[in-house]
Amino acid sequence: MSLTAKDVAVVKALWGKIGAKADDIGAEALGRMLTVYPQTKTYFAHWADLSPGSAPVKKHGKTIMGAVSAAVASIEDLPGAMSQLSELHAYKLRVDPSNFKILSHNLLVVLAIQFPSDFTPEVHVAMDKFLSAVALALSEKYR
Amino acid sequence: MVEWTDFERATIQDIFSKMDYESVGHNALARCLVVYPWTQRYFGNFGNLYNAAAIMGNPKVAAHGAVVLHGLDRAVKNMDNIKATYAELSVLHSEKLHVDPDNFRLLADCLTIVVASRLGTGFTADVQAAFQKFLAVVGAALRKQYH
Repeated sequence: MSLTAKDVAVVKALWGKIGAKADDIGAEALGRMLTVYPQTKTYFAHWADLSPGSAPVKKHGKTIMGAVSAAVASIEDLPGAMSQLSELHAYKLRVDPSNFKILSHNLLVVLAIQFPSDFTPEVHVAMDKFLSAVALALSEKYR
Repeated sequence: MVEWTDFERATIQDIFSKMDYESVGHNALARCLVVYPWTQRYFGNFGNLYNAAAIMGNPKVAAHGAVVLHGLDRAVKNMDNIKATYAELSVLHSEKLHVDPDNFRLLADCLTIVVASRLGTGFTADVQAAFQKFLAVVGAALRKQYH
């Protein structure tokens, strides 16, 4: 299920629209994930405050979206671009890769809320494919 | 026996009481067929599902989307007895329709996204949690009679 030229164009176009909202989108998606899928909180036991909108959630949402934005910019070579992050997740963070799907779903929900008329089924499938490709690149170093 | 908090019950009743079943059903099923094209395997007699525009404009998709949503309504009205309410439908999906139960989650995710885009900021994280829990319970009930 690799990205077609059309997928790439659609993802870049949507990312262009997202612009400065990226940080907020990341924070909201992360907050939703922690609420809707409480098992994901196990990775953040070291945070003082896990509630949506809290400082650690906002900061980490921004970090995540920064990485996703970088992935959009290097969409032609995701495994290469995500190599270091893959090592981090594989050797240090050891996040079960099934959680990447969960975060992706919540990112899509936030996009649907914030861009209701832009997030058509065609845009949805392109974004879902892109986030799946990012997740795959992130899992690359696991074993 | 599924335990529902007052918030969860109220949220589910609220969402469905305000919902346009025809429109949401149509859009959710169409989205599922576009985003997860392998789900089209169950709709061989629906005619043209060749691209997103064809799927969205297909009257059989629209009609069936409404059927699915009205089917969900049964669970909305019987939240304390979803398993029993769906026993027959579970047998139907298993024995007659031969639907892979993984597809229930795919459709549920598309339904979540359609409802999210309609409710906007009203679809808070807590509302999302309640809605997804409801759809998970429905999925589990539909899966129950598979063997």
